[in-house]
Amino acid sequence: MDTDLASRIASHPDYIALKARRSRFGWTLAVLMLIVYYGFILLVAFDKPFLAQRLGEGVMTVGMPVGLAVIVFTVLITVIYIRRANREFDALSERIARSVLK
Amino acid sequence: MSRLSIPAKAALAALALLAVAAGAHAAGADLGQTQKQATNWTAIGMFGVFVAFTLWITKWAAARTKSAADFYTAGGGITGFQNGLAIAGDYMSAASFLGISAAVMASGFDGLIYSIGFLVGWPVVTFLLAERLRNLGKFTFADVASFRFAQTPVRVFAASGTLVVVAFYLIAQMVGAGQLIKLLFGLEYWIAVVIVGALMMVYVLFGGMTATTWVQIIKACMLLGGATFMALMVLWKFGFSPEAMFAEAVKIKTDLAVKGGKDAATAAKEGFSIMGPGGFVKDPISAISFGMALMFGTAGLPHILMRFFTVPNAKEARKSVGWATTWIAYFYILTFIIGFGAIAFVLTNPEFLDAKGALKGGGNMAAIHLANAVGGNVFLGFISAVAFATILAVVAGLTLSGASAVSHDLYATVIKAGKADSKSELGVSRVTTVALGIVAVALGIAFEKQNIAFMVSLAFAIAASANFPVLLMSVLWKGCTTRGAVIGGFLGLISSVVLTVVSPAVWEATLGNPKGSALFPYTSPALFSMTLGFVGIWLFSLLDSSARGSQDRSGFLAQQVRSETGIGASGASGH
Repeated sequence: MDTDLASRIASHPDYIALKARRSRFGWTLAVLMLIVYYGFILLVAFDKPFLAQRLGEGVMTVGMPVGLAVIVFTVLITVIYIRRANREFDALSERIARSVLK
Repeated sequence: MSRLSIPAKAALAALALLAVAAGAHAAGADLGQTQKQATNWTAIGMFGVFVAFTLWITKWAAARTKSAADFYTAGGGITGFQNGLAIAGDYMSAASFLGISAAVMASGFDGLIYSIGFLVGWPVVTFLLAERLRNLGKFTFADVASFRFAQTPVRVFAASGTLVVVAFYLIAQMVGAGQLIKLLFGLEYWIAVVIVGALMMVYVLFGGMTATTWVQIIKACMLLGGATFMALMVLWKFGFSPEAMFAEAVKIKTDLAVKGGKDAATAAKEGFSIMGPGGFVKDPISAISFGMALMFGTAGLPHILMRFFTVPNAKEARKSVGWATTWIAYFYILTFIIGFGAIAFVLTNPEFLDAKGALKGGGNMAAIHLANAVGGNVFLGFISAVAFATILAVVAGLTLSGASAVSHDLYATVIKAGKADSKSELGVSRVTTVALGIVAVALGIAFEKQNIAFMVSLAFAIAASANFPVLLMSVLWKGCTTRGAVIGGFLGLISSVVLTVVSPAVWEATLGNPKGSALFPYTSPALFSMTLGFVGIWLFSLLDSSARGSQDRSGFLAQQVRSETGIGASGASGH
């Protein structure tokens, strides 16, 4: 890509919007994932009894649903990103491509 | 393994799992200590069918593998869904299957902590790397890392990072394959290693990425199908009540502790310990460091990164990770159920135990015995064949990735300065494939009796400390320069290897130095080596006042525009 085309795209309002939104969204979700995972690991490291306590009369403990929730959260957060990217980011990219590559 | 519920031993088992992640290892000891089993003809027959089918696919793929692009990336013609399955296939090794289910059987909840560590890297790949990788790269992750930099130094670094990671991963897989096949099929160790090496060479040589991808997809479907059946059978036997399954497992573990001579109160406590965290996390630093290696290592594994170039555009790359994450998460939930099923149906069944009450064939046989318990001998054969197919597929992916680092990064870009024609580049990758295959077989045989427990965690730690920082910084930070990337990358690479060598797992367990003499006390070096990698890149880029440095920085804009929009991306049109 020549620098002229690159700087034309770089100053395109749709590009500026795409870059800002994707970067904010991507990093927000990445930080959320880090908080959830390391929250879980720190809980395992520092408060084992919390995870090992029983939920009710049976043998089910707090840790089991919490662990399952981390797995489900991982999938959900990925799906959330992909849905928004498929809808919004791709449309913006296409608009940019159409307007600069005429 | 049934006595491993004591925290100290559970910690040992967790450590041993690092090994299991690729091969097949019981607590600290390799499978070399297990005996060859009787020849299993059902398993061999099923595996024969798999091999015949995949060879037929290779023949079909060979007819379509004409250019270097076909060889490295299947011409970019794989869909997101297919690629997602193939990525999952690359990631769900025989070890995750056998190792994690064995860990769950041994210590319950701790196995889940381990699976979660392997899973959480995927969203990070999705949010920060997948689309940008596809938009910037062509064949290897070095294409992306060196996009705006001086080619020679960055390619040399990336090829080193690739080959080191591939080598450790490959040794672990080959040794695991030999041990596992000795166990499952009753074949000699060296025969098993040679079969794996030879078949892998045929897939990669003739079918390139197309054949490798389809081998991965078929294997992923077989593994997911087999594991689903096992988990459903286990749940069905408990009326689909997790509570009933957990209660039975706790009861069996308690009874075993009583039999082991514990008083009632201690036994009850020990039995219940599988429901919560045990000794997996000994000290917080090891926990965080190990977590970092797993999480960010995923984003730096060359054979996984390469898969993003097999799809036509960023949208399909994104979809691939979405599917891969979903399948891998589902798989880890299955292995958790399978592990608890093994407690219920394997641990107390004399058919699966030896005279001393230990599992026949070693601790990692939990899932295999369970297959027999829920599906009989035919299903046992099927699961054994799946385990073999799994290793074969992972080994093929690794070899292809190593071969492209040599032919595309070193030969075509560094030696021929980008002027190699597709035909000679293809020739070099095929020669490299044969060389890597021979080296892998030789190393597999050389390491037969070695304790290779550290190798997979080392591969993840290197990927997280060398490949990942360079990739992330070159794509996202304008200030990153050639000098910073190369120095920082090598710092991460060297420090992760050195710290692993002086850690207890290698210094004491493998090299046989006295206990307590290891200089580095933690399980994983990633916390330190990855930090060193990032700080190195940042500092040496900042201090770089060379002309090359300013050229690197001024190239960022064009790179960023392409990484964000895909305009000018290779293969973005025409597919």
